[in-house]
Amino acid sequence: MSVLIRIPTPLRSLTNGQNEVREAGSSVREVLDNLTARFPGIGERLMDEKGELRRFINIYVNEEDIRFREGVRTTLKEGDEMSIIPAIAGGSR
Amino acid sequence: MDFREDQIARYSRHIILKEVGGKGQEALLNARVLIIGAGGLGSPVALYLAAAGIGTIGIVDMDTVDMSNLQRQILHNTATVGNSKVESAYQTLTAMNPDVKVVPITEKLTSGNVLDMFRAYDVIVDGSDNFGTRYVVNDASFFLKKPLVSGSILRFEGQVIVIEGYRDTPCYRCLYPEAPPPGLVPSCSEAGVLGVLAGTIGTLQAAEVVKIILGIGEPLTDRLLVYDALAMSFRKVRVPKDPACALCGPSPTIRTVEGSTDWVCSI
Repeated sequence: MSVLIRIPTPLRSLTNGQNEVREAGSSVREVLDNLTARFPGIGERLMDEKGELRRFINIYVNEEDIRFREGVRTTLKEGDEMSIIPAIAGGSR
Repeated sequence: MDFREDQIARYSRHIILKEVGGKGQEALLNARVLIIGAGGLGSPVALYLAAAGIGTIGIVDMDTVDMSNLQRQILHNTATVGNSKVESAYQTLTAMNPDVKVVPITEKLTSGNVLDMFRAYDVIVDGSDNFGTRYVVNDASFFLKKPLVSGSILRFEGQVIVIEGYRDTPCYRCLYPEAPPPGLVPSCSEAGVLGVLAGTIGTLQAAEVVKIILGIGEPLTDRLLVYDALAMSFRKVRVPKDPACALCGPSPTIRTVEGSTDWVCSI
């Protein structure tokens, strides 16, 4: 089973410029592990040393923030879409 | 209120909308909006709000206009390079609509002066360029119960959300509990930004401000709008109020505006 992952522009340098990638996995954790195996470096941008999702990066399964479900243990089903959305702050300068 | 003839002409396309009407236009003329940042986002926000006849527009920025700003900061122009951004904004906005009282604020926004700065305004607009300011602005808006229209941009992507954490809707800390530490992510000057993206996101912010003042439509209070200019996609994701939020949750640990606005611009 695989899900579609939307990659935000700041991380696309790590996915060869791709804005969407497909990855296998039955939970968010599995998908992220597979994503990191394929695109080294992306894991540390998303997760801290303890393997927890960084608190300025949100991951949504379809429209729902996984922090309000079961975090990285949130299970996935065929056809689900994952979006990685980091905090951004640009606007003025 | 009695409109002058020039006002009836200027605002006629608003007044004929039944959702706005004379009453709505009067509300706009009486409204006071504070814009944080006279830059990429602040420019379109301020221009559209001035055109709409917002009575008082405060605009906070301590920078001067740089040539590299002109690619996206349409309040400024080649002749105002080197001048204070808020003075440049004052000239542009007053020329656009003399009905508007423009209040230029050159002070640096800090946790110490933010409450006094915000108090006289009805709606706050965040177009700042750093995380420190975003948390200070969020917290001050929460304590003063002011709606906050937040926008941010980077590279080809932008985000918009309306924040009213003093109600049953989330605050910025519910969305992003912590700011990224400096150095972990590329700075804005390294990362770059598509100029027109500022116009897209700032214009969406202006639309939310006008809706709030008129009390029409559905405010973007519990959804984050994410715009990707390359894919030309607008997506909304749900943002719940976080029961563990340190600011607006039931057991808050943040009770005053703290934190520093001395942040480098990151991610």
